[in-house]
This record gives sequence, C-alpha cells and structure tokens, in this order.
Amino acid sequence: MPVAKMILGRKVGMTQIFAEDGTVVPVTVLEVGPCYVVQRRTEECDGYEAVQIGYLPYDERDVRRAEEMRQLHEQRRKTGNRSKINKEPRGPHRLTLAEYGHFLKHNVPPLRFLQEFRVASPDEFPEGKELRADLFAIGDKVDIAGTSKGRGFAGVVKRYGFRGGRATHGSMFHRKPASGNATDPARIFPGSRRPGHMGAERVTVKGLQVVRADAEKNMLVVKGAVPGPNGGLVVVTQPVRPAVERGKGKLVTFTALEKK
Amino acid sequence: MKKVNFALIRELEQEQVREDRPTFRTGDSLRVHLKVREGNRERIQIFEGVVIRHQSGLLGERFTVRRVTSGVGVERVFLLHSPRIDKVEVVRLGKVRRARLYYLRSRVGARATRIKERGRIETTKK
Repeated sequence: MPVAKMILGRKVGMTQIFAEDGTVVPVTVLEVGPCYVVQRRTEECDGYEAVQIGYLPYDERDVRRAEEMRQLHEQRRKTGNRSKINKEPRGPHRLTLAEYGHFLKHNVPPLRFLQEFRVASPDEFPEGKELRADLFAIGDKVDIAGTSKGRGFAGVVKRYGFRGGRATHGSMFHRKPASGNATDPARIFPGSRRPGHMGAERVTVKGLQVVRADAEKNMLVVKGAVPGPNGGLVVVTQPVRPAVERGKGKLVTFTALEKK
Repeated sequence: MKKVNFALIRELEQEQVREDRPTFRTGDSLRVHLKVREGNRERIQIFEGVVIRHQSGLLGERFTVRRVTSGVGVERVFLLHSPRIDKVEVVRLGKVRRARLYYLRSRVGARATRIKERGRIETTKK
C-alpha cells in the first residue's frame, strides 16, 4: 500500500516520560533524517511510480576516495589506458564508483542507505527535497520497521513459546519439541514448528503514536517499542489509510516543565 | 559513519526533571503529599513512612516508602519527578548502615519501625 510520508532513521533507545495527566508513558526515541529524495521512479522510465530516498551521508574520506577514483577513470578514458587497476574502495561498505555516480547525477550528497517507497502523491517529493522530522506531527500514527535483534539458533520454547516440561523429578523432558506428529502419516508435515534461526528479520510495528517531532534535533519520539537494537536502522512510514488502531487511541501529550 | 546521538534521551528526560528535589536518604521518614484525582476534584493524600530504597536515574529516579498500618506492611514506589507528587516532607532523619532496608520487612512490632536518629531536621521541604 502506498505511503503518505516516510523517513529513515536510527533507534536511539527507550525511556519514559510523564503525560499531561501524570501517567507514565513508555517511549522510543529515534534519530531520523535528514533524508534526501535521490531519485523519482516514473511510469515512462521505470514502469512504476516510486520515490527513492537516502539517509546518512558517507564520511568525507569515503567521498574523497570515490572522487579520486572517478578522476582516475576519467583520465584513463581520455588517454586510452586500459591496463588493470586495483584501487576499488575497500572496507565496510565504502562508497563505490557506481553509487557515487548515482548521487552525482541527482545532485545530492552520497548517502549510505537508499530505500524506495510507493508514495500516494509522488509530486510532493521532487528530487533533492530534504526530509526532516517535522514531516510528522504530534498525534500522527506511524508504522515503524526495523531489523529485530538476532537470537541465533533458538529452541522451540524461546522461538514458538512451547511450554516445555518440568525441570525435576526425572521427567527427562525439559525444553524439547515433543513428538512433532502422529504415527499414521509417518512423516512430519511441512511448516511444523521446530528449532531454528530466530530474529534478525524485518519486523514492522504498526500504529505507533508520534509524541514529539523535532526537526532541529532530528528527533522523533513515539509511544511504544520499536524493533531492533539501539542504533539500528528504522523505516518510519505513515500509510495513507490509518493502520490498526493500537491501544485506546488516546492522545498522549506532554510538556516540558518550566524552569527558572 | 556518524554516531547515533544518544544524548537525545537525556535531553528529552531533562525537560521534565523537577528542580524542587527534596534531600533525603534511605532510613529517613517522609511525608509524601500526593495529588489524587477523584472525578473532577483534586485532593492531597499523604503517605508517611520510612524510605527503604532509593534508585537513581534521570527522570526515572525513584524511591520506596514503607509503612506499617494495623499490622500490615505497605510499600509504595514513587517516581521522584512525577507531577503527581505535590511535595515531600522529611519528618525524621534516620541513621542506618545500609542502602536498602529490606530487613525491615521481616521485623514485627516496635522493632519494625525503630530507626536511630541522625541529628535534627533543618527545614527541608519540597
């Protein structure tokens, strides 16, 4: 489903604040944007409408290296030098020449994370547009996607909430997955819940209420929990149609205390 | 890669931190004045007892007050910066030798409440 607004960011962590009526509200603080619209995908050119946005600029060093590479290639093209070169960018996800060219072409700073969104009204997102936290308003319901914390190879108790057996009295059945199936089919049906890898997958939480949006600090605060570790990449979107209403839908507001 | 600005959490909490913090320690006796909402009326309820635990935090700083009423021990945890706390009065300064007075839970009668005094109270009010 197309989205109305979207932004990329990172999870900072959780805390709690006092709402207007004195109740304590659990909130997650996110650092979002600034993001830039890098490219528009259009019906004529790509066969579909979408907006590509980018987040988190590359370090200057990475950009400088890419620029050096670009110049080197340029020169070689002119001189017709076709010998082999071993100078590709190295290290953890360094800006490659192909990526660098993409950003140069669209005239935005090179960004680490790129993501495309199907947007309800793409004309609101011209190339080069800067997206900040103030895109969202207090009270907005947003969906937040992140990569959940990896649990490794997990047993059936942790992974599927099987109850397991008693620890003592010689039961010999503690955290096992039990029989699995009846004897008649003499096989296990596909899709049976068994131990395996858990977590480290994309998880979306829907309908979180925005409690604070501060474009200056690039801060977005939402009520509730967000998947993933602190520092993990999150995708914040607001669907055109409101998602599942979570909780009682009561608007949480809070104000800073006046200080002398 | 630019680091995540983890100071954001602190800044957010700082906004609601109350500046009228009372000074007390575990072992002291407090009168906690609570704002209680009943329908549209708001009134003050007082909870008096001994501080048996004080846990640090920024906005989450909290303390536990224990009192014994008609033979039943009652413990309440208060968030120090909660807007629901009207004020905190220090009634008595207690002299204790641990940070957490869980041993009071297993005591009965007069011994459950007796704590040595630690000097006089200078008027400490919230």
